This record gives sequence, structure tokens and C-alpha cells, in this order.
Amino acid sequence: MNAIKNLDDLKKIREEALAKRKVTETSGATQVIVAMGTCGIAAGARETMKAVLEYIEAKNLPNIVVSQTGCIGLCEQEPILQVVSGQQEKVTYGKVSPDAARKIMQEHVEKGEVVGDFVIPSVG
Amino acid sequence: MKEISLHILDIAENSVTAGATQIQIQVAENINNDELVVSIKDNGCGMDADKVRRITDPFVTSRTTRKVGLGIPFFKAAAEACEGSFEISSEVGKGTLVSVKFRHSHIDRMPLGDIKGTILNLLIGNPEIRWIFRYEYNDNVFEFDSQPVIEILGDVPMSDPQVIKFLRGSISDGIDQARVANHHSV
Repeated sequence: MNAIKNLDDLKKIREEALAKRKVTETSGATQVIVAMGTCGIAAGARETMKAVLEYIEAKNLPNIVVSQTGCIGLCEQEPILQVVSGQQEKVTYGKVSPDAARKIMQEHVEKGEVVGDFVIPSVG
Repeated sequence: MKEISLHILDIAENSVTAGATQIQIQVAENINNDELVVSIKDNGCGMDADKVRRITDPFVTSRTTRKVGLGIPFFKAAAEACEGSFEISSEVGKGTLVSVKFRHSHIDRMPLGDIKGTILNLLIGNPEIRWIFRYEYNDNVFEFDSQPVIEILGDVPMSDPQVIKFLRGSISDGIDQARVANHHSV
């Protein structure tokens, strides 16, 4: 049977991540949340999530915490992605295709600039 | 939804919502028996008998944001459309088990799809849950248990770029190896 082989590699990764964190600690972690209810999944949320993870991996971005939530009652706006950056209030984006997700990662998560085109107005 | 893997993601999200701390996902492709079997087992809050009976009805849902739940009826319909079967059993306080069987070679069977993406998504999106993923291809088995990963990482997030890379590689290699090892006998 095959299983995870290189847990020692993972230990190294942890140490590197902790060392990196000390350097960047002042900027704080950014939270990226993808809605993953049935409505979100049917609208393509997995591909949105995939784009987010690939972006983090490709750009080697530390201090980003990705998580999921269920349906938030705005099914017609799915896929939905939310960003909480530093002390700013949560921004909720709608109809986030993989392309839109990459744009939000680049503009909002990396540079701190909200991407107005995809913001769902009047949502927390 | 056009992939079995998307349905797996959807059913597993129900387990997350049910407050599960451990979720087991099994995917078994058995070409010799012409079967594709999927099961999702959790230790979440479970449902009473009445709710289990009604859960495959598209007009019953446990969600509070909207009144119609479609995930389980969709998956059931997909299995039954290709001589498959769908079973759900649940116990309040113990958890829920969903098992779905497809005829592997049935022309109407939707593809398994991006199972690697589904598993990576669940792991990273719900890092506090212990995920046990088992993939079988004929006699070959790949098993991934996130418990040692959770223990080693401590407060380092699963969405750290190097951790994503590690998890993606582990899952992808494990599944590929299980498939390749059988390739000549198919």
C-alpha cells in the first residue's frame, strides 16, 4: 500500500515557514474564504479554489490562510470568495471565475486594493 | 454537476457542516468487477430515521439559508441512471455514511473527474478536520491520513505555499502510482 512518504520533508517545510513568518510578521495574515455549498460547487467553486491555491503556490505567497464556508444565501452570486486583509472589513466577491480569482489574489491579497468589479454590494 | 468528484466534494461538505472531526472518503475503481464504489463516512451530528428517509427528497433540506437542498438527490439520481445504487445511513450523535455504487463501464456513468482537486480542496479548506482518503484501483491502494500532517504542521497553515505543494504532490503521486501499477492488466 502506498501512503505519504516524506513526512520529514514536511517537517522541513514547517521550519522554513516559521522562519519566513518571523520576517513578515508585521504585515499579518490575509484570510481567503471560498463558499463551498452545493450552489457554490455547482457554479464552479472548486475551480475557483484551485486557482487560489495555484496562485499561492506559483507566487510562493506566505501568510495566507485559505478556508471554506457553506452557502451564505447568495446562491445566484456563486462562486463567492471573501477576503479579510489585515484590519480591513471582510470583502465579499461574487461570480468569481478562476480568472477573477487570480485578479483578486493579485490586486487585493498581494497589493491590498479591492477589485471593485466583483464586489457584491452591501454584504459584510 | 458533471463529475463524481464534485458530488464527493458536495457530500463531504455536508459532513463538515454536520460538525464532523473525522471524515473518511473511499473511492474504489474495480475494473475486473466493473464497479466504481464511493463512500463518505463522518462522525458528525447524524440524522434521525425520519430525516434519513426524507433526505433524498429534493424538497427536504437541513440548510437554513435556503429551503431546497439538492446535493443528495442529485448524486442518487446520477448513480441510479447507470445501474448503480445509493445508500445513506445515519445515527444521531454518531455520524453518517453515504455509499454509492456505479457500474464502471456504463455509458451514462459520469467520469470520476478531478478527484485530486477535490481532496486537496477539502484538506486545505478544512484543515482542522482529520481526513482519511483511500483510493483503490483494482488491488492497489493509496491511503492518505491528514492526522500526521496536522500534528507536524502545528500552527503553520495548510495553505502555506510549500505545504500546498507537498500535499498536491503526495496526493497526485499516490493516485497515479495506484493507477499505473495496474495499467498493464486492464
